[in-house]
Amino acid sequence: MIELSGISRIFTMGDQEVRALNRINLRIGPGEYLSVMGPSGSGKSTLLNIIGLLDLPTHGTYRLESRDVTALSEAEQAKVRRERIGFIFQSFHLVPRLTAAENIELPLILEGLPPAERQARVQAALQQIDLSDRAHHRPAELSGGQRQRVAIARATILNPAVLLADEPTGNLDHKTGAEVVALLEKLHHAGTTVIVVTHDRELGGRAHRRIQMRDGEIVGDES
Amino acid sequence: MVLKDALTLSYRTVVSYRLRALLILLAMALGVAAVVVLTALGDGARRFVVSQFASLGTNLIIVLPGRAETSGGFPGALVGQTPRDLTLDDAASLATLRGVMRYAPLNVGASEISAGGRLREVTVLGSTAELIPIRNMKFAQGRFTAGSGPNPAEIVLGSALARELFPAGDAMGQRLRLGDRRFRVTGVLASQGESMGFNTDEIAVIPIDHAQSLLNTQSLFRILIEAQSRSMIEPVKAAIRSTLTVRHDGEEDVTVITQDAVLSTFDRIFRALTFAVSGIAAISLAVAGILVMNVMLVAVSQRTAEIGLLKALGATRQDIKRLFLLETLWLALAGAGVGIALGYAGSLGLRLAYPQLPAYPPAWASLAAIATAILTGIAASLLPASRAARLNPVLALSKR
Repeated sequence: MIELSGISRIFTMGDQEVRALNRINLRIGPGEYLSVMGPSGSGKSTLLNIIGLLDLPTHGTYRLESRDVTALSEAEQAKVRRERIGFIFQSFHLVPRLTAAENIELPLILEGLPPAERQARVQAALQQIDLSDRAHHRPAELSGGQRQRVAIARATILNPAVLLADEPTGNLDHKTGAEVVALLEKLHHAGTTVIVVTHDRELGGRAHRRIQMRDGEIVGDES
Repeated sequence: MVLKDALTLSYRTVVSYRLRALLILLAMALGVAAVVVLTALGDGARRFVVSQFASLGTNLIIVLPGRAETSGGFPGALVGQTPRDLTLDDAASLATLRGVMRYAPLNVGASEISAGGRLREVTVLGSTAELIPIRNMKFAQGRFTAGSGPNPAEIVLGSALARELFPAGDAMGQRLRLGDRRFRVTGVLASQGESMGFNTDEIAVIPIDHAQSLLNTQSLFRILIEAQSRSMIEPVKAAIRSTLTVRHDGEEDVTVITQDAVLSTFDRIFRALTFAVSGIAAISLAVAGILVMNVMLVAVSQRTAEIGLLKALGATRQDIKRLFLLETLWLALAGAGVGIALGYAGSLGLRLAYPQLPAYPPAWASLAAIATAILTGIAASLLPASRAARLNPVLALSKR
């Protein structure tokens, strides 16, 4: 489903070239549960950003669901991000002004769905993450675990094919982290492809396929 | 994203940054209010002057002896002739012209007036009964019946003059002396105050025949003619000119002016002034626009992470641009609304402070102020909005 071939990402800093990714080849099938691990600066976040179409490779081709997405226009890439990809961040990135329900509603608004349908979907999503009673609380009034669950609900509200999680438990304690992981794995069982980037060996080890990165290259791929 | 949702989202953003919204709104509102108040002031001054002219009488045409215009050339000047007098017969000849509603010959002089031992100088108008409606004068008491033929020696007094000569208020029917002649008071004018530097409260009006013998002249000072309508003014003017030219042996030795021409000149001057002051006021709107741009640029860098998130959630550049544009538009609209309210309140204050000045803000100025506020808002948001839209999502998200 995800096909990276010869992907390089080169950043230019001053007159120095930094090769964040070096000729990466990677195929990920539909419904896989995959972790990407490696030291800081190994390129794992850059890889995630490229898969999520937030960043474009300097060289190489990226096919998502058999389509060369690097060649798409900006608006088309936005549409792919909206409909096929879900992001989860270490720092949640909830909009502080909006309530939990409104944060979850954002992708539906961007998609242009009518309000009645949005309400129904948001209610269902809140139920799924067990936060129906917190629907009208702002992020500041929620615990870390609750915030990340809201963020996951937001990332999956449009049923994306791929869920990309960058250190999803990095800001959480052990117990709430486990709740978040359980939610991710529930989504994986429902058929979503889940890719987790993490430093946490325990979290990384739970994935069915584990990729090791170093200096912009894949040095290990076990399943 | 649907426009309605974009409007709602941007509105929510505006109200959640309350202090910022209030300050921008204030800046916008002051700019708009300045435009409204200053145009009200300019337009009020224009109306004041126009109404001063209108109080002289409407559709008024004035004939005076001699040619005041330098164009064309006046042959009499070359051969040393003085222009012919304007006589009562000249005036009467104009009465039957098409489009003339009424006419009044006019002589003006100064004389001594005395009654009951009181003596003073007075401006004397000699005319016929038609003068009163033509000059929009009103009677407090009595009437004036003088025609162009021989008349009884009656006199009409201005209100202040009547009070001065007859402090008891019993002017009507009293006899008094004007120069070396005796007159009977048949009317007192209502108090009208000054109009174009001529105070009708301080004058005396006597029949034209008496005035001519009192002032020892056969020549009229002016002929006042009232046209039937505004559109008749030009044809009547031409007819007067040709009639008098024929009567004066083919020489065009009179000047015909219309109040309309003077009035429209003043009208143009004051309109230009109004435009000028509103232009100056519009500068404050432009300054408000720069302030808005500055604040929106700060907002973009403040909300970098949020913009990155919206991109990650699949917002297009167009979506983000639109959100910031609408945000500014809300502020501009609110500012314009408050500014109009402030401007109307300020104009009301002006009218209360100077009751003579009809300082009503003209509708075009209010609309122009609103339009300028909105355009300024849009212009000011273009740069911040496109900067937000072009943000690199990876860098934006890494900023916390």
